[in-house]
Amino acid sequence: MFLRQVWTIAAKDLHSELRTKEAWNASIAFSVVILLLFAFAFDPSSDQIREFGSGLLWMTYAFAGALVLNRSFARELQNDCLDALIASPVSSAALFVGKGMANFAMLFAVELFSLPVFGLFYNTWPPHFAPLFLVMVLGTWALTIIGTLFSALTVNLRLRELMLPTLVYPMMIPVLIAAMTITTNVLAGNPMGFGVRFLVAFDIIFTVLAVVFVDTVLVG
Amino acid sequence: MREKIIIGLAAFAGALLAWNMNTIFTQLPDELNQGAIYRIIYFHVPANILGMSGFGLGMLFSIGYLVTKDLRYDALAASVTEVSLVFASIGLATGSIWARIIWGVWWAWDYRLTSWLVCWLIFGGYLMLRRAVDEPNQRARFAAVVSILGSVNAYISYKSIEWWTTQHPQPVLSIRNGGGMAEGMEAPIWWNLLALACFSTILVMVRMRQESFAREIDTLRRMAHAQ
Amino acid sequence: MNALEISDVWKYYGDFPALREVALNIEPGSTMALLGRNGAGKTTLLRIIAGLSRPSRGSIKIQGADAREQSTRQRIGVLGHGIALYDELSAIENLTLFGRLYGLPDPRKRADEMLERVGLSRVRDGLAREFSRGMRQRLAVGRAFLHDPEVLLLDEPFTALDDRAIAVLQSMIQSMRDRGRTIIMSTHQLREALELASHVALLQRGQIVHTGERTQQMLDDTGWLYRTYGDN
Repeated sequence: MFLRQVWTIAAKDLHSELRTKEAWNASIAFSVVILLLFAFAFDPSSDQIREFGSGLLWMTYAFAGALVLNRSFARELQNDCLDALIASPVSSAALFVGKGMANFAMLFAVELFSLPVFGLFYNTWPPHFAPLFLVMVLGTWALTIIGTLFSALTVNLRLRELMLPTLVYPMMIPVLIAAMTITTNVLAGNPMGFGVRFLVAFDIIFTVLAVVFVDTVLVG
Repeated sequence: MREKIIIGLAAFAGALLAWNMNTIFTQLPDELNQGAIYRIIYFHVPANILGMSGFGLGMLFSIGYLVTKDLRYDALAASVTEVSLVFASIGLATGSIWARIIWGVWWAWDYRLTSWLVCWLIFGGYLMLRRAVDEPNQRARFAAVVSILGSVNAYISYKSIEWWTTQHPQPVLSIRNGGGMAEGMEAPIWWNLLALACFSTILVMVRMRQESFAREIDTLRRMAHAQ
Repeated sequence: MNALEISDVWKYYGDFPALREVALNIEPGSTMALLGRNGAGKTTLLRIIAGLSRPSRGSIKIQGADAREQSTRQRIGVLGHGIALYDELSAIENLTLFGRLYGLPDPRKRADEMLERVGLSRVRDGLAREFSRGMRQRLAVGRAFLHDPEVLLLDEPFTALDDRAIAVLQSMIQSMRDRGRTIIMSTHQLREALELASHVALLQRGQIVHTGERTQQMLDDTGWLYRTYGDN
């Protein structure tokens, strides 16, 4: 029952997003623009790119991803859909996980799209893809959990547009640092390091906390 | 009674601080490697200890609110967190000054400093969030969630010097099995901690009184509007 | 067992009680009109019954179970101020979605049947945002009744409905009453509500000041209740 509800919610979000493509278009456009502007701004050599390429990549992911995560619960405000969802038999946890999965899929799709753009503009390519995908999955899941939970928290605030980034970005910093460090190692062909254990622990802890607290946040 | 406690604490803390400053400036020798500036440790460490444990205490009070739904727990959480944020700011500032003298830079992006700055940002966000929510129970709920999540980051900051190699020094206090400080150099840290803890208690008491008034005004306003 | 048992419910905003000592027992099959001025607490109470909000004190039991439980929410239908439909989805997609959320065995079929019932079969594939206001309201009514709820909560249902939507709503309410379902309706439109209601409850500044059967006197003189309780 729980899984079916999660699936229904996730499918609904993805379906709606495919119809309107609002967040998707904005996200893709944004990521391309950032990557482009950085290339102009720094005109990097291949050595320099190895140093700060991962930072650039994850910053792109974080900001482009924010465009998707912001919409997550905000899309339910129109026509009071959020009330209908909370009043339905769907538990807050299922609602949260369903939205989280949809957000994860969208974020990951944006990231996959950005990778070849990054490779093209900066002439850099990781020697092995598997470790890169691993860190992308772990890091993106953490970003998704934080973004989705705070989207739920700020959805009814009148200062939502201001409070969401204020709360979300500091929480994301440890994740981004870990992801950037691992990605630097991956791009250089080195072993991934301690950061992976940190990300896994962070993912588990924050997923548990988020699922526990989402009901407190949604139901007054 | 309340005023007496506050004045009493203030007098005690003031006296303790004065006595301690005397010890620090007149009786202790300069440190071997760092010279005179090392004395900033007597504010840097207590301020950060208070900040970090305060955030943890705020988390406990937040849990208290979620369990009991009593707004006084929320008032405690908010007051303690706000005062802790002040001490965290002092910690960051003193650290920065010390770093400039010793390392030659105002800031370094090592894990301890970065994670502590992140905590500062998160709990600054906590205070901003409180101002963005009108209804007291909703405010308490949301603030509690942010406090609990933020405390995970406070814990990361606490452990950061163990988990990673950092530019920030390893623990030196005897309770953390650190390298230890020279004879007589450690005690003033604890005395200063006590004095600053008294001051922070006073600040929390004042803040609690403000919260209680704010709740009363909010209730009166709602009653007036309901007529 | 009562359809609805509200005991000693208080709701605080801060330290201000928006609802005080609210106690109400609603028998199965009755239609309760919840009356009161703006700010009396009708919407607050309905939201608590619907599971959108928790009482600060007291309990709400719907058919013996707590309002927030999943099985309870399965049996409640809610029609509020917003239409609670997704503009970017079609009529059939909207209803199928809610059918799935409510765990109906064949959501699509049920959605089709409901669209027929509310007179929107012709436009089943039209996007909700393209509908006229009245059509959107009829679709909203379809959504609320889709899972054949045993307890129906209506917040100002007749406000801003066009004639066709009112007709559809009234016919669906009537069919629910015929099948012995319970309805709780909060409203300002005294006439429509009192005609449909079997029972009445008056909320004043967060307290229930009158509860009982709907009498002929109330029908004949719709302002009687408010005047009697000095709520001009």
